[in-house]
Amino acid sequence: MHDTQLPTLKAKDFSSDQDIRWCPGCGDYAILKAVQKTLPNLDKAKEDYVFVSGIGCAARFPYYMNTYGLHSIHGRAPAFATGIKLANPELDVWLVSGDGDLLSIGGNHTMHTMRRNVDINILLLNNRIYGLTKGQYSPTSEFGKKTKSTPLGSPDYPVNPLIWSIGAGCTFVARCIDIDVKHIEQLMTRAAAHRGTSFVEIYQDCNIFNHQTWFYASQKDGKKTNTLLLEHGKPMIFGEDSEKGLRMNGTKLEVIELGNGVTESDVLLHDETDRGLAFMLSQLLYPDFPEPLGVIYCSDEQDTYDNVVHKQIRQAIEERGVGDLEKLINEGDTWVVEDD
Amino acid sequence: MTTTTDTNHARIDATPLDAVAIRFCGDSGDGMQLTGGLFTNTSALFGNDIATFPDFPAEIRAPRGTTFGVSGFQVQFANTDIYTPGDSVNALVAMNPAGFKTNIADVEPGGIVIVNEDEFNKINFKKCGYQEGYNPLDDDELNRRYQIFKVPMSRLTRESLVDSTMGTKDIDRCRNMYALGIVCWLYDRPLEPTIRFLDNFFGKEKQKPEVAKANIGALKSGFYFGETAELFPVRYQVAKAKLKPGKYRKISGNEATALGFVTAAAKANKQLVYASYPITPASDVLHTLARLKQFGVTTFQAEDEIGAVCAAIGASYAGSFGMTGTSGPGLALKGEAIGLAVMLELPLVIINVQRAGPSTGLPTKTEQADLLFALYGRPSECPCIVVAPRSPSDCFEMAYEAFRLAVRHMCPVIFLSDGYIANGAEPWLLPDLAAIKPIEINHPTEPNGPDGTFLPYKRDPETLARPWAIPGIAGLEHRVGGLEKDASTGNVSYDPENHDKMIRTRAAKILKAADTIPPLEVRGPVSGEALLLGWGGTYGTITTAGDELREKGHSVSTAHLRYLNPMPKNLGEVLGNFKTIIVPEINLGQLVKLIRCEFLIDAIGINEVRGQPFRIDTLVRKTLEIMNR
Ligand SMILES: Cc1ncc(C[n+]2csc(CCOP(=O)(O)OP(=O)(O)O)c2C)c(N)n1
Ligand code: SF4
Ligand SMILES: [Mg+2]
Repeated sequence: MHDTQLPTLKAKDFSSDQDIRWCPGCGDYAILKAVQKTLPNLDKAKEDYVFVSGIGCAARFPYYMNTYGLHSIHGRAPAFATGIKLANPELDVWLVSGDGDLLSIGGNHTMHTMRRNVDINILLLNNRIYGLTKGQYSPTSEFGKKTKSTPLGSPDYPVNPLIWSIGAGCTFVARCIDIDVKHIEQLMTRAAAHRGTSFVEIYQDCNIFNHQTWFYASQKDGKKTNTLLLEHGKPMIFGEDSEKGLRMNGTKLEVIELGNGVTESDVLLHDETDRGLAFMLSQLLYPDFPEPLGVIYCSDEQDTYDNVVHKQIRQAIEERGVGDLEKLINEGDTWVVEDD
Repeated sequence: MTTTTDTNHARIDATPLDAVAIRFCGDSGDGMQLTGGLFTNTSALFGNDIATFPDFPAEIRAPRGTTFGVSGFQVQFANTDIYTPGDSVNALVAMNPAGFKTNIADVEPGGIVIVNEDEFNKINFKKCGYQEGYNPLDDDELNRRYQIFKVPMSRLTRESLVDSTMGTKDIDRCRNMYALGIVCWLYDRPLEPTIRFLDNFFGKEKQKPEVAKANIGALKSGFYFGETAELFPVRYQVAKAKLKPGKYRKISGNEATALGFVTAAAKANKQLVYASYPITPASDVLHTLARLKQFGVTTFQAEDEIGAVCAAIGASYAGSFGMTGTSGPGLALKGEAIGLAVMLELPLVIINVQRAGPSTGLPTKTEQADLLFALYGRPSECPCIVVAPRSPSDCFEMAYEAFRLAVRHMCPVIFLSDGYIANGAEPWLLPDLAAIKPIEINHPTEPNGPDGTFLPYKRDPETLARPWAIPGIAGLEHRVGGLEKDASTGNVSYDPENHDKMIRTRAAKILKAADTIPPLEVRGPVSGEALLLGWGGTYGTITTAGDELREKGHSVSTAHLRYLNPMPKNLGEVLGNFKTIIVPEINLGQLVKLIRCEFLIDAIGINEVRGQPFRIDTLVRKTLEIMNR
């Protein structure tokens, strides 16, 4: 579409003139910053980006981006994004929304968009709470969580966004944390390069209604023990002093301590193309296991939905020629009434 | 392959008739819709005017032989202009006792009834609830009232296909063609169009030449049976109709709808994106468009109704023409997204093929009860343009209009079709494509505000539409969304005055559409005692009732609204010229409410909500009752 040289852009070129209305200390700020820093390094013209969102605090995202943006309705952003790609597959669509938006009211659309492998990028800003409606539990809230709507604790078991997306057939699944801007940039770059639905779950702190929910994974003390930074082809090692690793025991993953004859070579290597492994990794939950961060799964074996649809259009034109209206309305049996 | 049979000659003993209404009925597995459709085709090609009424159950294959599994197809063919499939049936073909039982009351006294005698047995009598020991074919009363012809169609079909390699079950499925053959003989219709269809459909498309051969065999045997059995004392003929000269084809409302939108898109040089979720009676629009990818049409079967409308809006946002289609229950689901489209001010068409509700209601039956819902069924002040085609072929024209208005005013347009016209068919005088005006669309490429800014809500003073700027154009990057917009900058605004202004502007924009919609036409004198005012699929019945009343000397005219929001500018003037305004509707009085409240006149409704089209005689009788009050 753009054969001329792309102008050099800076992060601030991607920031709109609108006042940001998130609460001070909200994790969304860091994510916005990371996104604005990443885009200038990607190989796309600014006018070809479209940011789409649903409703929620996270969903205000498009207003703060100086790109094309569509702030839609609660839960339906994946469907709008699909429509945009059907109309113009050249556009680079980024969907940014919350856990309630994408996994509760919009769960159906999220799942079907992933299974179709629509070529869009989804950033799930997961704060495990309904922020905009002031603090009810969300589908990712822990069992037993006390909130305004669950004074005796949440009776729901939470959804695991990674298992959800891998189960739905998503072809790129990753996870990171709001405060690690560099890591967000890395994963965004990978997501952008992936053809098909890319899904990045970002642990996001809601400073007001669910502060510290991710602290076990984000703070200095504990983060190295409680998370596992994945790298394709590398052994899955974690811990304060990289003293632990993951290994297969029968059909399950287990944590092993390195040393005493146990070496790096005993540790399982990460293979981001292995869907079975991705499933197993997704099920690792704090506090029993480290929670994996990075690219959990990436497969480029499947064609994208947009591609398949537009291929069919080309095929129809090849087989039947470009549509001729005159022929179309004359289709089937016709008869002539003569003037008399 | 063309097979010639000696069926085109006019028989000297054929009695001429002006119009005939035939109904084919039987089990939903008996192929009655196909049979009726083929007879319609033949009559249309022969040059008659036609109108059809397919009436089928919601279950695909209800238990055989039961009354609720009966499927019927009525077609009227005539040598003059007709607008309805006819009030009463002149000839009934009943493939089983259940069909006979549920349809016999609609046959005119003295009417022809042809039955498949072989199915009239104890077991089937029981299945459809006839008393034990009773055989309707032996009922003296019924035999006095109707001319009942008993034909052992099952046996004759089998005998005529003894050489076929197919099994008995498949052979039995050719009975409908045997029945069609008899009817073709009786009404002097050629077999060629049906033979051609069977050859193409079974022989070529389905690659089952033996099925094609058997069906053709049964069809011919039925025809020869009529000729040789001397069962029928006379044969009938309906001469060609004097329709407006030109080239015609038969078309159903749903087909015409699809073609209309494809034509409009071509005239606007736009790609169509049709996103939908299957629902009776709207699915055929999706099926038709799915075959037209070579016209740049993209169809998307979404995960649900909401996904469909949202994808359509996304497509419009990105510069295609987004459309969605559904029926009542689906329209209910789309409401929130339609509200967003009103706010985003993007073009969108929502086809609503109305069916009988509420809820699942009678999903295969017709109704006109979504008018107020289309107008007002969304939270807040959320106006849409609403149009309603009045007949199967009119769907083509109104589709073009819906498209034109949606892009002219950058707003959603609801297209209110209904099950009756969607499935019904009539001859369509093919339009002169060159004469259809192009639809002009301008996507901005340059900033329109001070200092090179882009103001996405800066309006065209004539249409009040905002610019349709699409992603991919450098310098026009902007954000739209469901939050209220500042009237000048388009940024989010919570200002009370601004909100009031925007609410009024959105309403005024919809009213602006009246500037380019044609004035309401009156059929009959433009002033008088009574005006029958209708909308949507009741056009045929109301028009025929009005014509009949005038012929009998009553001062009655008719008018039919195709634009319901906004309504034509001359409506008030038209209404003012009649003493009584009568509004027949297949609902409990929706348009009549609007007329009463908008024009402060004592308009009176005629209302029936039976899942069936009106009968002409009902409208005639009720109109006279109202006029004589
Ligand atoms: C149809 C509809 N139902 C409910 C709401 C109210 N609502 C707005 S945001 C929201 C939850 C948002 O939670 P989440 O997606 O997690 O976003 P967050 O605010 O936490 O970023 C709800 C219930 C709405 N706007 N629309
Ligand atoms: S409520 Fe929570 S999620 Fe919403 S802006 Fe405030 S801190 Fe962020
Ligand atoms: Mg949330």
